Amino acid sequence: MVLRTMAFAATLIAATGGAYADEHDVVKVGMITTLSGGGAGLGIDVRDGFMLAIAQSGNTNIEVVIEDDQRKPDIAVQLADEMIQSEKVDILTGIIWSNLAMAVVPGAVAQGKFYISPNAGPSALAGRGCHPNYFNVAWQNDNLHEAAGAYANTAGYTNSFILAPNYPAGQDALTGYKRLYEGELAGELFTELGQTDYASEIAQIRASGADSVFFFLPGGMGISFLKQYADSGVDIPVVGPAFSFDQGILQAVGAAALGVANTSQWSKDIDNPTNAAFVASFQAEYGRLPSLYASQGFDAANLILSALERADVNDADAFRTALEAAEFDSTRGRFSFGPNHHPIQDFYVREVVQEGDIFTNRIVGTALENHGDVYAADCSF
Amino acid sequence: MSLILFIEQVLNGLQLGVMLFLMAAGLTLVFGVMGLINLAHGSLFMIGAFAAAAVAGSTGSFLLALMAALAAAAAAGALIEVLIIRRLYQRDHLDQVLATFALILIFSEGTRWVFGSFPLYLNIPTYLSGPVTLPGGIQYPLYRLTLIIIGLVIALGLHLLITRTRLGIQIRAGENDREMIAALGVDISKLYTIVFAIGAALAGLAGALIGAIQSVQVGMGEPVLILAFVVIVIGGIGSVKGALIGSILVGLTDTLGGLLLPALFRQFLDVSSAASIGSALASMLIYILMAAVLVVRPTGLFGAKA
Repeated sequence: MVLRTMAFAATLIAATGGAYADEHDVVKVGMITTLSGGGAGLGIDVRDGFMLAIAQSGNTNIEVVIEDDQRKPDIAVQLADEMIQSEKVDILTGIIWSNLAMAVVPGAVAQGKFYISPNAGPSALAGRGCHPNYFNVAWQNDNLHEAAGAYANTAGYTNSFILAPNYPAGQDALTGYKRLYEGELAGELFTELGQTDYASEIAQIRASGADSVFFFLPGGMGISFLKQYADSGVDIPVVGPAFSFDQGILQAVGAAALGVANTSQWSKDIDNPTNAAFVASFQAEYGRLPSLYASQGFDAANLILSALERADVNDADAFRTALEAAEFDSTRGRFSFGPNHHPIQDFYVREVVQEGDIFTNRIVGTALENHGDVYAADCSF
Repeated sequence: MSLILFIEQVLNGLQLGVMLFLMAAGLTLVFGVMGLINLAHGSLFMIGAFAAAAVAGSTGSFLLALMAALAAAAAAGALIEVLIIRRLYQRDHLDQVLATFALILIFSEGTRWVFGSFPLYLNIPTYLSGPVTLPGGIQYPLYRLTLIIIGLVIALGLHLLITRTRLGIQIRAGENDREMIAALGVDISKLYTIVFAIGAALAGLAGALIGAIQSVQVGMGEPVLILAFVVIVIGGIGSVKGALIGSILVGLTDTLGGLLLPALFRQFLDVSSAASIGSALASMLIYILMAAVLVVRPTGLFGAKA
């Protein structure tokens, strides 16, 4: 008994001692991301990209607390509360899915924390629901789909069949595509989130007489769709955002994806020194090629690091100004924030190619230059 | 809407139905014979797909991959039956649900540990890929046609196994009166292991067959598991015949609902709202079907009288 009490006391002392030593210098970043279940590949890439940038910076005054949200909004909210109240983090980041971001971000920024989104960019947080402490370093959800619409015009498509899952980002996707696409629609479908069989949709595409298919089906949904589409004998050309063609899933799709055009703000062959170094060091560290999610995690960390160099996180106004300046070398090259703290950047058209045994992407053109988002007009801080 | 599209969708519904049957058959047998709710059935589906992807990746043979899926899922099934499930037969359903839910977590994280978080590659063999032209000019993927045939053959085989063999007699007797067949000298625990392994093997086979046209990833079994539960509730818990009819009903309802409802709403709404309302309703349709069946027949279509 005595022994146990002494051990307990010793632990307490150690704990408080540690806390005192670190309280003022160390910046705490809380990362809530998806590390298990379906869609874990995305969160793991964001985490790995983020931690790579932290390690390369050599900055020891930053502590990253990582937790798994299991892609469940209720768990993400619990984790955010825990990180804000007991871990006392200064900055939150990491969420992949728009529905989880909608559950966590408004509450976190209302409590004075900064939230840097490395992925999800729902329209609700870009327009009226924007907040001075919310920054998105990836894109607004509509962006990649707008780029796909613009590409469809230049490719000469005039009769598209479009489909996406029925959830906020899926609705943003079809809206985004239709915003810049000038042709007719041969059909429009919402699928179920997490749907794995697309025989019914493919049959409707076949019967529709479309000249192109636009689809937004991230993760496993895209793998299933592409494999089944390739096997169906329908040979209408396909366009999509990069989410169904990222490095993590291309190997699982295999030859079915070859030659497909997809739009992205990042590609491993964007020609700048930061990107070249990022791709090489990511590959050396983790033994696989980075995906766009990894590049977003990497950029998110570098944005935070750049702002920390210029301002103290406890001085919210100065830190916010430092974030707005976005004085970091992005893997994307040209990068700046619009008035609603969402990126203004270039969007590329990529094509799926095979390099040796590996399926990957190559830039074949630029879809949109210096493109922001339409919701910025509705945002006033 | 053209007749060709409609027929193609009926075939798609049938294909979804027979694959659901492979899942539901094991689930309903295990519930009927042992009275056990097995949430980990979806994990066996996943194990089948991963075993197939691993073997197809190293040997390049799809047939070997299917055999590996059967063997791996049956072995995993027999193993968890002997180690864990056996202790749950006398417990109430809540304990069974908790324990088998824990198995889902263990299998999912174990698979991630072995194979990583990124989806694996498993594809249709070249001799089954591409479309064939059916009478009437319908283009239909050969692989899906093969799935329908495999599913129906297995349904027939299972029917024969249960009605014509000694093992089938024991299974039916086990459903009716466990104590009595034990008293008659049947090794009940061996019977349970065999039934569980058969159910697991069918789930594993379904995983491998479906994995070739979908993505082989951790957590792929759970959405199918939910549908399989809907199927056995509609068909009547414990009835293999009910599982077959229920699967095909669910398959057809799901596929045709997804086609017809948005088309119906397009008559009086614009395309975008018709798409979103129609597909939202279509995804509820199988649960509405389940509710309707339960109102008319509370024990399911072929369920034993309570």
